[in-house]
Amino acid sequence: MNTPTTQSLDQLPSGSLAKVHALRGGSLASRLAALGLTPGTPLVVLRNNTHGPLLVMVRDTRLAMGRGEAAKILVERTGP
Amino acid sequence: MTATTSPRPLLIGLAGQPNVGKSTLFNLLTGLDQRLGNWPGKTVARREGHWEYQGDRVTLVDLPGTYSLTADSPEEKIARDFILHEQPDVVVMVADAAALERNLYLLAELLLLPVPVVLGLNRMDLARRQGLEIEPHVLAAALGLPVIPLVARQAQGVIVLMTAALDLARTPQNFRPARPRIAAPHRQVLTALRDQLAAKVPLPYPPHWAATKLLEGDREVIGLARGWLGAEGWPAVAALLSAHEDAVVDIATGRYAWIGRMIRAGVKRPRLGQVGLTDRLDRFALHPFWGPLILLAVFALVFALSFLIAAPLQDWLDTDLLRPLATWITASLSGAPPWLSGLLAEGVLGGAGILVTFLPLLTILLAALALLQDSGYLARAAYLMDRYLHPLGLHGKSFLPLCLGFGCNVPAILGARVIESPSARLLTILLAPLVPCSARLLMLSFLTPIFFGHWALAVAIAVVALNLVLLALLGILLNQTLFRQERDFFIMEMPLYQFPQPRGIGLALWRDLMAFLRKAGSLILLFAVCLWTLGHFPGPGLEDSYLARFGQLLAPLGDWLGLDWRLLLALLASFPAKENALATLSILYGSPEGAGLAATLATQVPPASALSFIVATLLFIPCMATVAVTRQETGHWGWTFLGSGLMLVMAWGMAGLVYQTCRLLGWGLS
Repeated sequence: MNTPTTQSLDQLPSGSLAKVHALRGGSLASRLAALGLTPGTPLVVLRNNTHGPLLVMVRDTRLAMGRGEAAKILVERTGP
Repeated sequence: MTATTSPRPLLIGLAGQPNVGKSTLFNLLTGLDQRLGNWPGKTVARREGHWEYQGDRVTLVDLPGTYSLTADSPEEKIARDFILHEQPDVVVMVADAAALERNLYLLAELLLLPVPVVLGLNRMDLARRQGLEIEPHVLAAALGLPVIPLVARQAQGVIVLMTAALDLARTPQNFRPARPRIAAPHRQVLTALRDQLAAKVPLPYPPHWAATKLLEGDREVIGLARGWLGAEGWPAVAALLSAHEDAVVDIATGRYAWIGRMIRAGVKRPRLGQVGLTDRLDRFALHPFWGPLILLAVFALVFALSFLIAAPLQDWLDTDLLRPLATWITASLSGAPPWLSGLLAEGVLGGAGILVTFLPLLTILLAALALLQDSGYLARAAYLMDRYLHPLGLHGKSFLPLCLGFGCNVPAILGARVIESPSARLLTILLAPLVPCSARLLMLSFLTPIFFGHWALAVAIAVVALNLVLLALLGILLNQTLFRQERDFFIMEMPLYQFPQPRGIGLALWRDLMAFLRKAGSLILLFAVCLWTLGHFPGPGLEDSYLARFGQLLAPLGDWLGLDWRLLLALLASFPAKENALATLSILYGSPEGAGLAATLATQVPPASALSFIVATLLFIPCMATVAVTRQETGHWGWTFLGSGLMLVMAWGMAGLVYQTCRLLGWGLS
């Protein structure tokens, strides 16, 4: 699943643009999908401070999520 | 006296995701005509109210804010159970027009349930300012249901929305909405599941909904379906489900594809990536360096305010209201038996006094909490603190309630309501009393200079630090044991910043204060009266009372702690209210010659015992108001007793440890 172009969301620095590629982890996946992080959805990493939670803009919503949760989201980086 | 045409008043459920202004609408419609209760068997508050319009009386139920309708969280289960089992005539769904895409996900779920839905698009002004052009009538035509634009804060569109809801409630047969379909790869299996279920699913469950929820892996529906299908039908369905475990993401994808089509019809998009006020503020508020500094400043301000305003008010209430009232009662009951006036003036009024003096601090702290929450800053504080609270099994959201505990534990526990995850909320409630409240800090600052001179401040800081270290350790311990399986994800929406709304905050404040007075109030009054009675009978003096006998009975318990029966009683007296510890000391150690309490204590209490007493009082069972409010918020005496029991064990253990160490070192024994 982990092709060279995909990486987990927690690896992306602040300001990156990306697209959701796949979700891992049972009930977390359904929660994330319900919040709009379905495969193909574009997102912007607003803040990734290397420690603590990430802030991600997806479908007009700012979502804060823990690093563990972000690690379960595989993305394709599409921008800076 | 109005003639009603329907056999029961119309029942309308108010649904919506969190932070969409649903409660604003509810408060607007019902005003103070609302009732706060609990959902059966749950700790989630149920808000119900009435709205009257042109002779129609409608019962409104404010459903918990939910992103979807799965059985994973109690709130979502409550919302869907309400729709399935209480069968409202219509559901009004409030959506945030500025984040329509994600909001319509809940609509996609609602449309699977057997109830007509009216959609209210709130915050139209905000959406317009962001450049979104929404055409409600086009959206309505695409969705096949009424769509009404709203600005709930300014009461715009509310009557139109409710009229549409009433119309639909009277003619439910006209409700023919468009419904989302599952993404293509799983369409066949969904049909197969539905066919297998169709004949077996009892009312009120719709077969299509049940089939969809099975594919989503919904634990509750899986349990139900097992019963419906029995041993012969279930294995086939189970096999289908395990072959399609990946369907859950496809279902969500199908819903979002459907939402995308609706939005393309009814909304003209602005260009993406424009930086709004929220992003500009967040650059500082969430900055790794500036963020915590701003957070610190905000809390310093809240505490400064509460001490600057609440303390004098509390004093004023006590000296200018309660004491004259007590004098007046004693004077006007001079003919009655002395026990009666004593009971009224000291017992009843004493208890009520504790309650009333609580109010200023409680009001300010709760108002500050509401203000921070309403403005959107609370979510930022949670974001910043999250990483530090993880080892304790808590989320960022626990930070603010715990912080409020320094003022008073009661709003701390009430404040835990902002935490959605029930296990994290419970843990926060259990840990909050370990934060020393202002009453305990007051006692600390009075006693330490008497016994420790230059070292007073250092001792005080050490004792507070001990409390906080124990809080962290207990959090880690509980997290590793009792709350182990209940780990929850940290995913939280960061709402847009907005100007706080006084009316909503005022209403919420009024409701919380009244709930506190009703529930905690009755308990405090009862206990104060009991305590007074025990302290005055059979008389004549305190020394001969049942209370003193009780204290002497307990005296052996104090040996390990180095406390005599008077210090033990003062410790026990801190249970009705922490302020009582000092008051009791002054009664028990007060000298007739009028030498100050400080001087008497210094000569009669050895420093080692004093230190043990201080440690014990800071860790002792939370005050009665806190216990009552813990019971109110957890909905269980079990958790309440567990929390108090843990505090008792820690107080006994730590104070004993401190005293025994002093004894070993031969320090401060006389």
